[in-house]
Amino acid sequence: MKLKKILPQFLTLLFIVLIFGFFTMNAQENMDTRGIEFGFGFLKQEASFDIQFSLIDYDGSKSYARAYLVGLLNTLLVSAIGIVLCTILGVVIGVARLSPNYLINRTASVYIEFFRNIPLLLQIFFWYFAALRALPMPEDASLLLGTSYMTIKGLYTPAPIWNNFDVFLISLIVSLVIIFFFNRYAKRKQEDAGIQYPKFLISLAIFVIIPAFTFIFGGVDLQWSFPELKQLAKTSFTYEGGVGIPPELIALTLALTLYTATFIAENVRAGIQGIGKGQKEAAASIGLTPGQVLKLVIMPQALRIIIPPTTNQYLNLTKNSSLAAAIAYPDLVLVFAGTAMMQTGRAIEIVAITMATYLTISLSISLFMNWYNKSIAIKEK
Amino acid sequence: MFKYLKQLTSLVAMVAVLFTFTTETMAAKKSKTLKNTQKKGFVRCGVSQGLPGFSNADAAGNWTGVDVDVCRAVAAAVLGDASKVKYTPLSAKERFTALTSGEIDILSRNTTWTLSRDADIGLTFVGVNFYDGQGFMVRKSSGITSTSQFKNGISACTNIGTTTELNMRDFFNSKGISYTPVAFEKADEVVAAYDAGRCDTYTTDKSGLAAQRTKMSNPDEHIVLPETISKEPLGPVVRQGDSVWEDIVRWSLNTMIEAEEYGITSGNADMMKSSDNPAIKRLVGAEGEMGAAFGLDNDWNYRIITQVGNYGESYKRNIADTGILPDRGPNELWTKGGILYVPPSR
Ligand SMILES: N[C@@H](CCC(=O)N[C@@H](CS)C(=O)NCC(=O)O)C(=O)O
Repeated sequence: MKLKKILPQFLTLLFIVLIFGFFTMNAQENMDTRGIEFGFGFLKQEASFDIQFSLIDYDGSKSYARAYLVGLLNTLLVSAIGIVLCTILGVVIGVARLSPNYLINRTASVYIEFFRNIPLLLQIFFWYFAALRALPMPEDASLLLGTSYMTIKGLYTPAPIWNNFDVFLISLIVSLVIIFFFNRYAKRKQEDAGIQYPKFLISLAIFVIIPAFTFIFGGVDLQWSFPELKQLAKTSFTYEGGVGIPPELIALTLALTLYTATFIAENVRAGIQGIGKGQKEAAASIGLTPGQVLKLVIMPQALRIIIPPTTNQYLNLTKNSSLAAAIAYPDLVLVFAGTAMMQTGRAIEIVAITMATYLTISLSISLFMNWYNKSIAIKEK
Repeated sequence: MFKYLKQLTSLVAMVAVLFTFTTETMAAKKSKTLKNTQKKGFVRCGVSQGLPGFSNADAAGNWTGVDVDVCRAVAAAVLGDASKVKYTPLSAKERFTALTSGEIDILSRNTTWTLSRDADIGLTFVGVNFYDGQGFMVRKSSGITSTSQFKNGISACTNIGTTTELNMRDFFNSKGISYTPVAFEKADEVVAAYDAGRCDTYTTDKSGLAAQRTKMSNPDEHIVLPETISKEPLGPVVRQGDSVWEDIVRWSLNTMIEAEEYGITSGNADMMKSSDNPAIKRLVGAEGEMGAAFGLDNDWNYRIITQVGNYGESYKRNIADTGILPDRGPNELWTKGGILYVPPSR
């Protein structure tokens, strides 16, 4: 009886171990005959290549491990921006899709059909090269918002120069903690005594006022360095000072956002449609305003339908960001699985590290979204 | 549980040993790559994704170029037909994994011979079919005529996974110039981005610059600066560990170069069979047993010359007549002031 249960399991395990063993042995043997070594020591070696855009201090005299970090942070950056933007756009389009207004509703569905059905790589190329062709050379760029320049070489904006930035950062954290406790308190008050506070406004005030005080009392100081046109040669210019956001990042974010938003919009539509009409009517009949109906009745239930497939889209967006390599955005794949792999020849190690990294990012997003989904689940009393 | 695991590993080891044993004995007799190539009936050759003069496909999918001719020479030698080649276009980034993983058997794709590539990552370089160096291209209108006019903040477009990326850093660092590298995986994107104005300069091998210039929307608007910042000896590469195959590729290339030295062309090779110079006769299979060492017949080199031509013919056809680099520069025979010098076929 017990054996019957264990045997299939054991055979499966045996099979997996055999296959794995065979491949390892085979790889080991092939690597031996070709004089390839296996190991992670190369990570400490000097990378000796430069990277266009980095969130941390980096140049070619740093190690491959550091180059890996640069790539990873760039991947996280584009994914994070993409996730935020595509969520906002997705919700707007998804709600628009259900609008009784024919024009809005048609526009939304044409948008979805269009962007969802064109391969993402093509869209990335389109935005990149269309943008490059359309954007002015640095010397022809006009001032944006009085401070920035959008050019073929990127978006140049003023760069903040902080004094005592750490004090400012701590004040931000402190204000977030206070907001958290205030909201808990407000919720209890509402449940116990039915008192409603303008929660959002008060939170915002805390978030603004406390950090603002550090400028007066904490010695925090902020100055800006503005981009200035610099001539490199007769017809060749660039901007110095300020921050340059590369056009590669902008094009990639744009393409990922517009593409992924179509899927999220469909999720949102399905989520809202999944809530019975009766719910809405019942809520309206007890005197809730349409805004309150959406916020208190429809959304809490719809979110449970929306979140799981949307989590999937977040994962897709993160993985799709690896198409960055095609347009020179230095993400993990371009920097590490591209340049570093070529320069070191450590294909197996680097692919393993890269896969493990993407797996970790994906699992983290999934875990967070699962936690979030649970935390908003309707608790039966 | 652990007991089982131990038994398991020994089982796995046994299977593996059996495998090694069988492959080992075969390889000892003959080149595994040669055997596979003859069985398949074509040479598996890794080339660029389109570099006029070196490896480039026309609309009908016919590949031409001096790098392509190396593969055609090997096909003529081992299969008797120069057209029996299967080409795999590879980006700079993909090329070495394609070779070490066994997807291709020759990499002939403007690849620079360096110590670390040769010694460290399971590759063997067999020779040089083009002596080159890295250069810079700029827009004529910029007024730049020398790299000494480069200024801080310059942006440079290039390919990832190349020696170019590394040389560029050494160059700008030694000059104390800060620069923005914009590195793409594929050459077409590098050219398109530079052409659109994303970068102030485009840097790669000078041969590559000359070839890519022909693909630009307006070639006359660009110039290649005179400075050469590195040595780039480009040549065919094979997987490490198959010395017979390595020799076949090396001596196929050598045959083409030596044939030019002795004035043997695709047109006169037949006549040369009855030459009274033994060195010439050896190169057209009319004397000695030059193919036996590789397990090939005696006409292997004769077929290379008649079907592909000598190095000079290949250069003229692909690089000179196409206007890419009419002047042979260092890629001229040592007897004519160049540095092409190969060991004798004897
Ligand atoms: N010789 C250098 C650079 C080789 C290289 O990839 N050059 C580019 C620019 S010329 C190229 O081949 N492009 C053509 C292609 O990728 O199809 C190396 O071996 O690293």
